[in-house]
Amino acid sequence: MSAAAGVAAATDGVVLSARNVDKLYGSTHALKGVNFDVHRGKVTALFGENGAGKSTLMKILSGVVAPTSGDIELEGLRVSFASTVEARDAGVSIIHQELSLAPNLSVRDNIFLGREIRTATGVDFAEEARQTRLLLEELEEDIDPTTLVADLRLGQQQIVEIARALSVDARILIMDEPTSALSASEVEVLFKVIRDLTSRGVSIVYISHHLEEALQVSDYAVVLRDGTVTATAEAKDIDLQWIVHNMVGDHYDRGAPPTGYAFGDVTLSIRDLCVADATKSHNLVVDHLSLDVRAGEIVCIYGLMGAGRTELLEAVAGRVPIASGEVLLRDRPLKGLSIAERISRGLVLVPEDRQRDGLVQTMSVGENLSLASIRSFVKGMLTSRVRERKLVEASIRDVHIKTAGGSATIGSLSGGNQQKVVIGKMLATDPKAILLDEPSRGIDIGAKAEVFRLLGEKARQGLAVVYSTSEVQECLSVAHRIIVMRRGKISAEFGPEVLKEEIMAASGEAVVH
Amino acid sequence: MSETSVSPGRAGATPPARNLEIGRLLLEGRAFFALIVIVLVFSILSPYYFSLGNFLTMASHVAIFGILAIGMLLVILNGGIDLSVGSTLGLSGVIAGFLMQGVTLDALGIVLYPPVWVVVVLTCLLGGFVGLINGVLVARFKVPAFVATLGVMYVARGAALLITNGLTYNNLGGRPALGNTGFNWLGFNHLLGVPVGVLVLIVVSLCANTMLSRTAFGRWLYASGGNERAAELSGVPVKTVQVSVYVLSGICAAAAGLILSSQLTSAGPTAGLSYELTAIAAVVIGGAALTGGRGNVRGTLLGAFVIGFLSDGLVIIGISSYWQTVFTGAVIVLAVLLNAVQYQRRPKAVPGKAIPVPPAG
Repeated sequence: MSAAAGVAAATDGVVLSARNVDKLYGSTHALKGVNFDVHRGKVTALFGENGAGKSTLMKILSGVVAPTSGDIELEGLRVSFASTVEARDAGVSIIHQELSLAPNLSVRDNIFLGREIRTATGVDFAEEARQTRLLLEELEEDIDPTTLVADLRLGQQQIVEIARALSVDARILIMDEPTSALSASEVEVLFKVIRDLTSRGVSIVYISHHLEEALQVSDYAVVLRDGTVTATAEAKDIDLQWIVHNMVGDHYDRGAPPTGYAFGDVTLSIRDLCVADATKSHNLVVDHLSLDVRAGEIVCIYGLMGAGRTELLEAVAGRVPIASGEVLLRDRPLKGLSIAERISRGLVLVPEDRQRDGLVQTMSVGENLSLASIRSFVKGMLTSRVRERKLVEASIRDVHIKTAGGSATIGSLSGGNQQKVVIGKMLATDPKAILLDEPSRGIDIGAKAEVFRLLGEKARQGLAVVYSTSEVQECLSVAHRIIVMRRGKISAEFGPEVLKEEIMAASGEAVVH
Repeated sequence: MSETSVSPGRAGATPPARNLEIGRLLLEGRAFFALIVIVLVFSILSPYYFSLGNFLTMASHVAIFGILAIGMLLVILNGGIDLSVGSTLGLSGVIAGFLMQGVTLDALGIVLYPPVWVVVVLTCLLGGFVGLINGVLVARFKVPAFVATLGVMYVARGAALLITNGLTYNNLGGRPALGNTGFNWLGFNHLLGVPVGVLVLIVVSLCANTMLSRTAFGRWLYASGGNERAAELSGVPVKTVQVSVYVLSGICAAAAGLILSSQLTSAGPTAGLSYELTAIAAVVIGGAALTGGRGNVRGTLLGAFVIGFLSDGLVIIGISSYWQTVFTGAVIVLAVLLNAVQYQRRPKAVPGKAIPVPPAG
């Protein structure tokens, strides 16, 4: 690629670096002794699976969070950013994966939010608009500065986010998944902008799940796995295989699909299901998708962000309305049933975001575990304390939760154990089919293995299991069948013997030639 | 006994941190300690304060706020707020008064004098109906609780004024000939030496407490107040729970309205003006979080007694009513401040303890 020229002599040009950085969240070790260099005027790509610590590292570099230990050096000097504002003033800007725009304000107001151009009488809106227009022209995006951000397409919002980062004259620009919402032509423009920026001496950290795309623009590659840097190289020396190998590793006991029994009848049947985009109803996020899952079978749904995995699972569970098609549980249609009714029929969902959707933080571990199955220990009008305690104790044992007991607070548990509480809560309802949306998100590797072993155990007892993941390694753990989703459709279906590269190719992540 | 020694994991119950034990006890039992301090101080300042007779009188004042506050607690546990209870109280009193005066049915040319129990039931139904309007507005039509109940507050007050034309019903005693006597029983009579109003408060509290700690509905209420999305995904009928708490709050307000008009033997359309704020204050002083999910009946009762005993004490020692307002306000601010301290400290305390700095590298 064009930007790869003249890389060799640049090792001395380190502008920002992390030295021996550790970060602990409660008992979770998110980063372990990480060393990371950002090269002046170059693009450094950071690779790693979800939960590998990429976002944490970027948050540390941009002042969002402070490292537990270790140093950040800017131009060779130790610095500590107390806030993103300090980091921005030092020339470090970040474009977050989740957009951080105020949708109720105009493009202009968003770009100048917090640093409005003031005059004696107020804000110089005309000057702000002029600068906004220049920035957007540079990004080849024709948006009126006074348009409300809420009225823009997601891709355009991403462009605005980028424009905002550029507007502060960043010397170091961190882009966390900048292309996930962009169309192909928008990606092309972004890459042109990136090349333009680097030629002006701006250093860029580029994070993406689209490996091939990232490799196109980057000069250096760094791979993180489980909070540790596993490999560093110049982009011209490496290929996809190298990245995948270092991202995923080989020495992780990933478990195997449970065998030695026959699957039962079809438990969950999804027929021609369509789900409309919550904001734009003519867009289908799940597009005429059909899938049958048998009792005892474990199906993994793999896909990139925005592929429609979450929407599919939530629609099946009754959380979001379906546009057309139907869902059957043991041949009985679920149309029109509430979430509660689906749970009592035996269909449960373990949501993706356990803090937001899974746990009630104000209640104890025991109360969370028993929440979905209260009816099973109500005698007459009142709950039976004895039966509830039994149920809670059985759940704690069943899903191996490490806790001081049912009365401990949720906050006292590690992420992995919190996740087991959410899973245990749903399993306590004695379901026939369980849907798990990214069950391994944000939990450590030991807990992941336990969660998958648990799923294997339950499948052997006749439970139909569907889980989604964005980590390719996790497809190759306990799943009997791997479904790859891309733009709301099933793009491929594999058995457990498939290669990682094939899965990634089907998802649009990496094209294998 | 402090208010925190409730069933596991309710409002309190974190594993104890030894060095903070005393401070924590004082913090979490604050409403209880405040009540003791109030009783002590006024007992020293006035010879009349510390007597059974006075306590019973004060308790029957507290009963009104207490019953309102229990209803309010349910709504606040759900993460909402009910500003309409004061007006519902006033409207209920007026309706009760209206029914006691006799209902003229023009078409039939007769005047109906319903017996007292019918009046009580109809009034409570009315309270429940006002609550239902609140609940449906909030749960079905997604109107913010503050705005929905503010609107209903005005409508109910206006209705009360319309019914009476701004006047007050004074004759609620009924006549033996009509078979509708006994309305004064609620406000004046004693059972075993305890005013009936206080007994009603006790019954309402016991029911609410059992409901919150021992029924599925209580658990659903805590869950949907703590995290509505998680509760819904766990199969909790969050909408039903939400509507129910407003209905219950409305019924509590009607009960309080009946007791108040019975105590006063009159029903005025402006009764209960700004009582909703006193009820909210009692709930907050009792340690409930306005964000929902945390709080209990015991704390709310303590809160109601703190406010009632404080304002009655100030009257007894002859402090001007303007100062009473200032004192009550100060207590509320202090309570909210302590709530903020209590609920903010907890989540931080966990990671704070769990981070030993590892050696670099």
